Amino acid sequence: MIVYILKRLAIAIPTLLVLIIASFLLMHTAPGGPFTSERAVPPEVLANLNAKYGLDQPLWKQIATYLWNVVAHFDFGPSFSYKDRSVNDIIAQGFPVTLTYGFLSFIAAVLVGVTLGVTAAIKRNSWLDYLAVGISIGAQVLPNFVMAPILVLIFTLSLHWLPGGGWSFDDPRFWIMPVIALSTSYMASIARITRSSMLETLSSNHIRTARAKGLPKRKIIMRHALKPALLPVISYLGPAFVSMITGSVIVDVYFTTGGIGKSFVDSALNRDYAVMMGITILLGTLTILFNLVVDIVYGWIDPKIRY
Amino acid sequence: MPLLEVNDLNVRFGTQEGEVHAVNGVSFALERGEALGIVGESGSGKSQLSFSILGLLAANGKASGSVKFEGREILNLPEPELNKLRADRISMVFQDPMTALNPYMRISDQMAEVLMLHKGLSKRAAVAEAAQMLELVKIPDAKNRVRLFPHEFSGGMRQRVMIAMALLCKPDVLIADEPTTALDVTVQAQIMDLLGELRRELGMATVLITHDLGVVAGFCERAIVMYGGQVMEQSPVDPLFANPTHPYTKGLLAALPRLDADRAMTPIRGNPPNMTGAPKGCPFCPRCDFVEEACADVMPPLAEFAPGRARACHRSIETIEEAAA
Repeated sequence: MIVYILKRLAIAIPTLLVLIIASFLLMHTAPGGPFTSERAVPPEVLANLNAKYGLDQPLWKQIATYLWNVVAHFDFGPSFSYKDRSVNDIIAQGFPVTLTYGFLSFIAAVLVGVTLGVTAAIKRNSWLDYLAVGISIGAQVLPNFVMAPILVLIFTLSLHWLPGGGWSFDDPRFWIMPVIALSTSYMASIARITRSSMLETLSSNHIRTARAKGLPKRKIIMRHALKPALLPVISYLGPAFVSMITGSVIVDVYFTTGGIGKSFVDSALNRDYAVMMGITILLGTLTILFNLVVDIVYGWIDPKIRY
Repeated sequence: MPLLEVNDLNVRFGTQEGEVHAVNGVSFALERGEALGIVGESGSGKSQLSFSILGLLAANGKASGSVKFEGREILNLPEPELNKLRADRISMVFQDPMTALNPYMRISDQMAEVLMLHKGLSKRAAVAEAAQMLELVKIPDAKNRVRLFPHEFSGGMRQRVMIAMALLCKPDVLIADEPTTALDVTVQAQIMDLLGELRRELGMATVLITHDLGVVAGFCERAIVMYGGQVMEQSPVDPLFANPTHPYTKGLLAALPRLDADRAMTPIRGNPPNMTGAPKGCPFCPRCDFVEEACADVMPPLAEFAPGRARACHRSIETIEEAAA
């Protein structure tokens, strides 16, 4: 098991390397640059700026320098658009916010989604099933950029219960709307996957065996059906967890939470190479890590998988 | 009073293509300790018949008629009532041991839960008894292997585990639904021998559902031949094989490959019937060599013609026997 994990981590290094080089090249292929603007900038100023940020060097040298700084100093460089702020600062400031509301969204999506899906499957074709499927379709088709203003309209402008934006680590009232806006579509997907895989499990032969044993329905579900029914959900959860804890630009913009979701999109628009790279590497690393976590959980649930 | 008495049992499934009539008016009785074979080809309704007895039909299935166990009506009892009978008094062994066991649980847990539920044993005592039962079905090193997962056993060993699991509570009735179909021929014989031994040892009545006439001949005292969800012939095993009186039974026997006679086997022509919609006439008539006008319209009643023997056919026994000569 430990050998397997170490192996997987070792494989992650070349994967990340490919990710870094590919995104570096793609980024530089895109037209424009960090200092392109509508105003004509004197060529001497541009040359100076390019020299300061190392953009006058050949591309391979830029990549090499970047990699060296990242690996040796864990330094993702200065931001191109915000003077005096380094990428490390931007991530250190924004990531805890997205991590908080993202993690809470994850918990909410899993709890509500699995409960809805299991209930719908057990009470198939009853009003409970239709209600659960209805809720999950509603949550799926309502995009969060529609959901977010509706939430603000109801909870802030009409009821005055929740603050309409901003962020505080001490006051959970700031967390509620970002969590609802971010989690609903994931919750809907989880509910749908859970329902269909639970239905499939319930019609499988070993569930009939469990019924023939005289076990009460609750025990059949909890002991015999839940594990196999959740396997497909778990493989969905790995990537979903990563995209949730890295936040969402919609949530960051509507609720001015100051998470890295907004920084990521801004960096792409401003050609802020360093911020874009930094967040890409963060996302990539987390994705690799959580795919590993999913595989470990799989091995723990399914005895046929042993590492 | 028979131990298990099935009367005019019907099983229907609602499907998008229409109502499937899987079992139509089947009746039989099973005495204590008796071994009864239910024979028929795939799709003859024999498995659904056995599922309906214990209320194990799929969600779109409905059973009607009567099933009496020790004189008490048990068909369509509420789940909690049925749960008291399942595995404790009436047990089942399923067809495919590769999928009938839960792949995510240790054998010990799967077996122990039966004893904990019905006998109120502690986990430790239940696992110990499970291991003993595995020994009884001749699984070597049972004490240690009880802790394994199903995928760590071969197909034949898994079916032994299934059988051990079904016998944990020493049930009065064991329903074995094609227990050897999914297994190698060599393993089939071992499993049938084992079932026979256990049956004598524990004195269980057994319903053996199979399409394998050879298995019935070796194992059962009495057999029912089913086709299209209906009983075609019912008889003690020896006369059934010596003098089959129904064209379908005859066809089945003729389709058996034989080593002792110098003749090719003759398959029954045609295909099994489509079971959608209410049956009209004898379901076997499109494939029958003895068909006459009445067959397509009227299902002949199952009529006793000798002690313990009954047949459902318009044609006389003589007609059918003459043709064979």
